[in-house]
Amino acid sequence: MTAQEILFQYCLRMGDTHNVLAHRMGEWCTNGHILEEDIAMTNIALDHIGTSRAWLIYGGDVEGKGRTEDDLAFHRDERSYFNMLITELPNGNFADTIARNFMFDAFALLYYSELANSSDETLAGIAQKAIKEAKYHLKHSSNWMVRLGDGTEESHQKMQIAINEVWRFTGNMFEMDDIDQNLADAGIGVDCEKLKDAWMSTIVNTLKDATLTIPENNYMLTGSKKGVHTEALGHMLAEMQSLARAYPDAKW
Amino acid sequence: MSVDNNQGELWEVFIQSKNNLPYKHVGSVHATDKEMALQNARDLYTRRGEGRGIWVVPSQYIVASDPQENAEFFDPSEDKIYRHPTFYVMPEGSKNI
Repeated sequence: MTAQEILFQYCLRMGDTHNVLAHRMGEWCTNGHILEEDIAMTNIALDHIGTSRAWLIYGGDVEGKGRTEDDLAFHRDERSYFNMLITELPNGNFADTIARNFMFDAFALLYYSELANSSDETLAGIAQKAIKEAKYHLKHSSNWMVRLGDGTEESHQKMQIAINEVWRFTGNMFEMDDIDQNLADAGIGVDCEKLKDAWMSTIVNTLKDATLTIPENNYMLTGSKKGVHTEALGHMLAEMQSLARAYPDAKW
Repeated sequence: MSVDNNQGELWEVFIQSKNNLPYKHVGSVHATDKEMALQNARDLYTRRGEGRGIWVVPSQYIVASDPQENAEFFDPSEDKIYRHPTFYVMPEGSKNI
């Protein structure tokens, strides 16, 4: 792979990660348990769309084949999507959404804090904007973790089940393949393995406040970097991409 | 304070649009605690860059005048037009005093 191809692939991974999570959060629109939370979740969706756009626009530039952000978002299939597995998990109940987002938000804040030091100015710029959003997202999701975990017996139980379910998707966030290692060594990307201890202490502290237990199961799912996904992603993309594919030149 | 509808308590929201300007009441939100009230207020009332500061206060702590008492509360000021600063001559060139 050329340096250009490596960077392009890296942009797809992060652009897809935010795009898929944005779509999941967008699915809450009109389904929030109160109007205020409905708006909070769609606000978060919009933040992720913004971050995804920045990655995909830059990816398109790096690739140099004239593909736009929309080409990349709407005209690639499941096997050509490289988002982190955790972001494609269906929303489930509200606890499932909060558990998923909390795990990712804690990662994203650490990741972008590192990426802000990237020698690639565009990536450093994306990171500086994303840090602020990630801080707010983490505040939102961790407050809910504590509120529900340390809430009623039922909310505690649902929160614990949600944590147990999402846990096996967390390892994927820290995986490093040759592409990641190449960019980390070059001072462009982030060495995600090095984020794991700090991430774990965020998780441990919040779960403690939430009176929740860290799952003992350490079996972690993998595959996203090769375009291998859970069955949920294909269905999601089919819906997300249907309009753009039915009307390729649609404007709004 | 009713929580029967399971939406939490009602909080009144005040936004400061710029530093040093007064906080103005903009509306209300539902929330079960103060962090949620602040975040909901942020998401509902500052999404278009309206604010640099937010106050939230549980609606139950707002003390309101009684509309039944409007006559004795407000009418006595109506015939005291000399309290309006309309009897001054504006110095030439000044826009406000």
